[in-house]
Amino acid sequence: MSTLNINGRNQTVDVDPGTPILWALRDTLGMTGTKFGCGAALCGACTVHLDGQAIRSCVTPISAAEGKKITTIEAATDGSDPVGAAVHAAWVKHDVAQCGYCQSGQIMSATAFLKSLPKGKQPTAAEVDSAMAGNICRCGTYARIRAAVADAARSLV
Amino acid sequence: MFNTTYSDESPRVLQHMLERERAGTGAALPRRSFLKVIGAGGLALGAFPHLTTAQGSAPAGGGLKPTEQPSAFVQIATNGEVTVTINRLEFGQGVETGLPMILAEELDADWSLVRSRNGSNDAAYQDPRFGMHITGGSSSIRNSYSQYRELGARARAMLLAAAATRWNVDVASLRTQAGTVIGAGGRKASYGELAEAAMALPVPEKVTLKDPKDFRIIGRATTRIDAKAKSCGQQGFGIDVRLPGQLTAVVARPPVFGAKLTSVDDAAARAVKGVKAVLRVPLDGGAEGVAVVADGYWQAKTGRDALKLAWDLSSVEKVDSDKQLIQYRELAARPGPRFLDADMAPLATAPRTLEAEFVVPYLAHAPMEPLNCTVKLSADRVELWVGTQFPGGDTVAIARVLGLKPEQVRINVQTAGGGFGRRGVPSSDFVVLACEVGKAARAAGFDVPVRTLWSREDDMKGGYYRPMHLHRARIGFDDKGKVLAWDHALVGQSILTGTVFGGRVKNAIDPTATEGMGAPYPFPMRLTVHHPKLNVPVLWWRSVGSTHTAFVMETLIDDIARATMQDPVTYRMQLFGDQSPRHRAALQLAVDRSGYGKAQLPPGRAWGVAVHESFASVVAYVVEASVSEGRPVLHRVTAGVHCNLVVNPRSVEAQVQGAAVMGLSMCLPGGAITLKDGVVQQSNFGDFVVPRITDMPEFAVHIVPSAEPPTGMGEPGLPALAPAFANAIAQLTGKPVRQMPFNLS
Repeated sequence: MSTLNINGRNQTVDVDPGTPILWALRDTLGMTGTKFGCGAALCGACTVHLDGQAIRSCVTPISAAEGKKITTIEAATDGSDPVGAAVHAAWVKHDVAQCGYCQSGQIMSATAFLKSLPKGKQPTAAEVDSAMAGNICRCGTYARIRAAVADAARSLV
Repeated sequence: MFNTTYSDESPRVLQHMLERERAGTGAALPRRSFLKVIGAGGLALGAFPHLTTAQGSAPAGGGLKPTEQPSAFVQIATNGEVTVTINRLEFGQGVETGLPMILAEELDADWSLVRSRNGSNDAAYQDPRFGMHITGGSSSIRNSYSQYRELGARARAMLLAAAATRWNVDVASLRTQAGTVIGAGGRKASYGELAEAAMALPVPEKVTLKDPKDFRIIGRATTRIDAKAKSCGQQGFGIDVRLPGQLTAVVARPPVFGAKLTSVDDAAARAVKGVKAVLRVPLDGGAEGVAVVADGYWQAKTGRDALKLAWDLSSVEKVDSDKQLIQYRELAARPGPRFLDADMAPLATAPRTLEAEFVVPYLAHAPMEPLNCTVKLSADRVELWVGTQFPGGDTVAIARVLGLKPEQVRINVQTAGGGFGRRGVPSSDFVVLACEVGKAARAAGFDVPVRTLWSREDDMKGGYYRPMHLHRARIGFDDKGKVLAWDHALVGQSILTGTVFGGRVKNAIDPTATEGMGAPYPFPMRLTVHHPKLNVPVLWWRSVGSTHTAFVMETLIDDIARATMQDPVTYRMQLFGDQSPRHRAALQLAVDRSGYGKAQLPPGRAWGVAVHESFASVVAYVVEASVSEGRPVLHRVTAGVHCNLVVNPRSVEAQVQGAAVMGLSMCLPGGAITLKDGVVQQSNFGDFVVPRITDMPEFAVHIVPSAEPPTGMGEPGLPALAPAFANAIAQLTGKPVRQMPFNLS
């Protein structure tokens, strides 16, 4: 039994401590908003926040999350977090998603990035690209991702 | 997927397939009635009657086919919400918004109340032109435009009739506006109020459609219906299906295609916590695999990785890409069947000649959602949840594998995380595999739903690639660039041979290999085609043959223009003449909006141009590119698009950008699947490299206005990107690009 703090709630899971956070979320707890893309920290589809840092949940075992706070797409975009809400709104406004499968991860990366900026700082185009470079979108929605991240950043000033 | 001419002949092909199936089982294809009237007892949800049912409870309209019955496509709730069922797989291309837009236009719905939902393998959701459930060939909007307009118009007529009855007035005195019927004196009734009464009325067969100048939904830039759900983790995909008691299976496959399994030591796998069963299962192509069934994916995969398996590789074909290239070169030099057969005598005397060889590798589709399929099997019935492009073929294959009749097979089509052709397989490989696993699990005593899930490595190494191709051209032309003779050889595996679509292969030539060759250019061409047989499974990949033919044709056009000192745009325009107005219009638009030939480019950059028609749409690109430390860089892309009438301009923009990025994936380093000694060398996104945001150019999409019936846009944005990019690189380096991925060394 391990206890995980997910979106502010403690939850126990009866799986091997080496199980990646991704599969504890998806298969054990039924939280399917976080996606499986590569299983090797190469595509970013599984991105969640661990104590506010964007991490790849497909390669991070639950043992690494003990005593830490996991935030998933479900909580980041439920309106309680102003940065997550701004990113969610910008994603809809720019109609970013095509198949949409990678977008949970894209949004979690964008949210962590915007939170990491000093207050009032607007990211450059190169900084946005660099922050989002770990997330693959096979549908090729990158132009709209750029626009949405920039828009969300502006809306947070 | 599917080539342009596919639609003309497919009904016959598919009919043949179904007839064969019927002959085998004695069962007719079902016209099931599970879409029964939900609101028959006066429930809150209004639904129009499905009229082909055997119950005979529904009124009139019997002359309509299932694909023409509003009941299967429109539900109107009492609160006015209109739910439109889509007859396609939604996997990014936006049909979950485009098709409802078309229906809502004629229904005169309030767009803010329109929702969409996925269909199934019910007869209603067959492609009205192909006569089978299929998503491919950029045909969804093209083939269902009239269908969804008529469906909306029928539903609207029923609502009008219900209002006329309620108010006891002539229906001609009524009109509709945004989900409301309006009568004389401003009397109003919402569709929600009228839905239940409308349900009971006859379905009109003949309806009058709107004049396109009155469209207020079609043609408007519209945000996707699923935009919100896809931006907060709420969109369900096939991989997210969770049924009570469900187990997950991961399957071990042979290291070389077709290798025989000789021994299984599963002790360590069975010892993994959560593993329920280890089962030998038949694989595609006569091979055998081992399924590890467990509580969840991680347990199943851990078990799978703990298997100790021995394979007999001695008698199996071991494809090696380097050797394959040598064989393809030898084949290209030999005579073979000719797809085009112009006289090549002028080659000998042509003032100028050009020779070129092109090589393109195998490519994986690599959709972001790994392949998966959930199967719930009982004695006389099976239900599946799967994101599939081909429920029609799958239904037949599933019935065969499980010993059921097609009408005992229910497929719940799930929204998919990409596909690009990989989810539309003539052999139904991943659906059949899931059924084999489900069957084996049930035989082993697990009477529960089983989800078979592929790892990324399983997907990358699992075959069904865009085939490797070699092209060789010898072109004779004069000083003005007039082509006198073009001798061309094409070598690559056939996609259709040996499949249910094999009838389309004529004179031993697969049309999916030759599409995009020749036309629209008026050249005397001889095109010899060789289809070597190898054990690497191949498949259509977004835009199919045009993935390579556009690259070859459009870079050679530039070569001739350059050799004769002509501007590549002027040269193309002259070749198009009056015969190809859509090519002209698309290219001209891209040229005008890009500043081509006028704007000063930054140092180190060059223009590149290409234009190509596929799936009845034309896309032209003008690009700006450079070379940085030996690597090709795409900076800016301007697209000119001709797809006739546009349903959703926002969707067209997205599809063009997305297809272009997939085109770019063919060009950049790492965009290749290769084999050594029969083993696929790539395994994940670390070695099969796809574009990231840092590779994304600035991108503008411009659409040629048109009122002609719409053509598709899922694929046509792909083909011209690579040659436009290559043409720019050739300008910079002075050396033509002959390979994908580009090799600038």
